[in-house]
Amino acid sequence: MTLLRSVRLTTVGITVATVVLLALWPLLPAWAAHTVAVSLGGGLVVLGLLILIRFGLVSFGQGLFFAIGGYAAALANQFLGITDMLVMSVAGIASAGAVAWALGYIVRGHRGIFFAMLNLAFSMILFGILAKTVVLGSTDGFSVGVPTLLGFAPDPEAGRLTFVLFGFIVISTAVVAWWVDRMLASPIGYAGQGVRENELRLRYLGVSARGAVHIAYIAAAKLAALGGVFTVLLIGHVTPEDTAYWTKSGEFVFVAILGGSGNVAAPFIAQAVFELVRTFALQYAPDAWQMLLGITLLLVILFLPGGLWSLADRLRGRDA
Amino acid sequence: MPEVLLETRSLGKRFGAVIAAEDVNVSVTAGEIVGVIGANGAGKTTFCNMVTGYLTPDLGQILFRGKDITGCTVGEATEAGIHRSFQIPQLFPGLTVYENLLLAVGVFGHRRPPWWQPLVRPEVENEATAIMERYRIAESAATRVDRLPQGVRKLLDIAMAMVGQPAMILLDEPTSGISTKEKFDVMGNVIDALRKSAATVLFVEHDMEVVGRYADRVIAFREGRVLADGTPRVVLEDPAVIEHVVGRRPGHPPDA
Ligand SMILES: Nc1ncnc2c1ncn2[C@@H]1O[C@H](COP(=O)(O)OP(=O)(O)OP(=O)(O)O)[C@@H](O)[C@H]1O
Ligand SMILES: [Mg+2]
Repeated sequence: MTLLRSVRLTTVGITVATVVLLALWPLLPAWAAHTVAVSLGGGLVVLGLLILIRFGLVSFGQGLFFAIGGYAAALANQFLGITDMLVMSVAGIASAGAVAWALGYIVRGHRGIFFAMLNLAFSMILFGILAKTVVLGSTDGFSVGVPTLLGFAPDPEAGRLTFVLFGFIVISTAVVAWWVDRMLASPIGYAGQGVRENELRLRYLGVSARGAVHIAYIAAAKLAALGGVFTVLLIGHVTPEDTAYWTKSGEFVFVAILGGSGNVAAPFIAQAVFELVRTFALQYAPDAWQMLLGITLLLVILFLPGGLWSLADRLRGRDA
Repeated sequence: MPEVLLETRSLGKRFGAVIAAEDVNVSVTAGEIVGVIGANGAGKTTFCNMVTGYLTPDLGQILFRGKDITGCTVGEATEAGIHRSFQIPQLFPGLTVYENLLLAVGVFGHRRPPWWQPLVRPEVENEATAIMERYRIAESAATRVDRLPQGVRKLLDIAMAMVGQPAMILLDEPTSGISTKEKFDVMGNVIDALRKSAATVLFVEHDMEVVGRYADRVIAFREGRVLADGTPRVVLEDPAVIEHVVGRRPGHPPDA
């Protein structure tokens, strides 16, 4: 059962995964390293969804915060000449945090389909603004140069994905996942279970369900934004279509269902599976991509309702 | 002289044409065990709802320890020290009994850690276990709540309400849905546990034998008004009470 998980076990898992990924860097072909890094970026957005799912909520508009993160990085680069990946990350997280704080006052009173769709509405509004505003790059967006870290500028010949960027993404993701795991095991995470299971009892335990939802919403937004920053740094480009468009938000929900909400590792594993399948599908059967997605979703819902992570639970003989 | 814990002044509440409370003046002294009786729809649950901030009265005032708490939220009333159990138990159905209490202790108990720090730690687990033992539901610890018999659910609902040690607890029909045979067991158990916590108790009850046995004082409601208020002997013998409350029993369908 989710409540009684050990935080320590996950901490060990995260540490091991981090060390292994960093050690593998010299051996990884460029496409594989790129897939890993992109999966960590996308996985962060899905990790935010996982928090919301633990609260019994789904957002069909995480593209909103993904875009805010990506654009914060790109605009900082474009207009302020900032190239530092750490500064860009902080800018993305802070912008998304501020927007989520404000929008949170609207969404925190809603549940179920209304919560999901309000977020979709916000993301569509942002998409419209980005696509129509020339200073924001309109539909073409912006390019972003190779990022630096704390004054250290990687060799431009080495390509976009250097060890510095890779290491930065791996380590930041690990720290964030560790922090989310602790959060889920803390009173705020338990309050989330309460929101999902019985809000009335939660209120009678002196907890503001709305306040708890607001905190979770801001946390999910910050994660989505950090994922957006990483993705833009990896791709080198940001457009409204690739970030704020509703299909992107739908994709994150897809991956969240694929992975399940059993563990903070699930979003990253699912995102990696998703990236790999997409890469191969686009290469060998470009017309069948949508169908393949549909079939996968169908199979997961029918046979693995707890997502890919429930396979791990089954192997360990626990009921999911 | 003992402290007046709860006092309501001319409380009034209507739902459309239905009068759920009118001119309700009730005062409860610290340490008392008050039984509340009344026919279906007499306004007993509405009274609990108003006192705990779930409903705002249309008229009147609610004072708790001399402080005006009229119009405060459920959370504020809970923080102030008024907790409640429900006619239909309000639990976390997908979790086990133990997890329900962990959650309750974890978000509200005196030993809860700061909200961002992991919570499964000995203090929280020990408190949850102690509560299960106090209410004698420990043997159901690992059972999911949606698979529990009604009696255990009722007990767990009360146990959850007692997390955080309130000064006052309102029990809305603690024995409804429990067989006549088990009623006294359950109620004796609960009253014992509540006495140990030194909580002041107000319980809504339809079984007059239970009321007579456990209440120090009885308040009878009729159509939103207080019909009688006094010792069990006096109130339960009152002809108006016998006509409008006692006579109508037993066997009524429980509601929300
Ligand atoms: N939220 C509500 N909306 C409309 N009417 C309500 C609401 N809550 C209670 N009522 C009405 O107010 C009256 C008092 O209801 P209340 O639930 O307080 O009665 P009660 O004494 O608890 O009865 P019971 O013994 O059946 O539990 C009833 O006529 C009920 O139908
Ligand atoms: Mg009632």
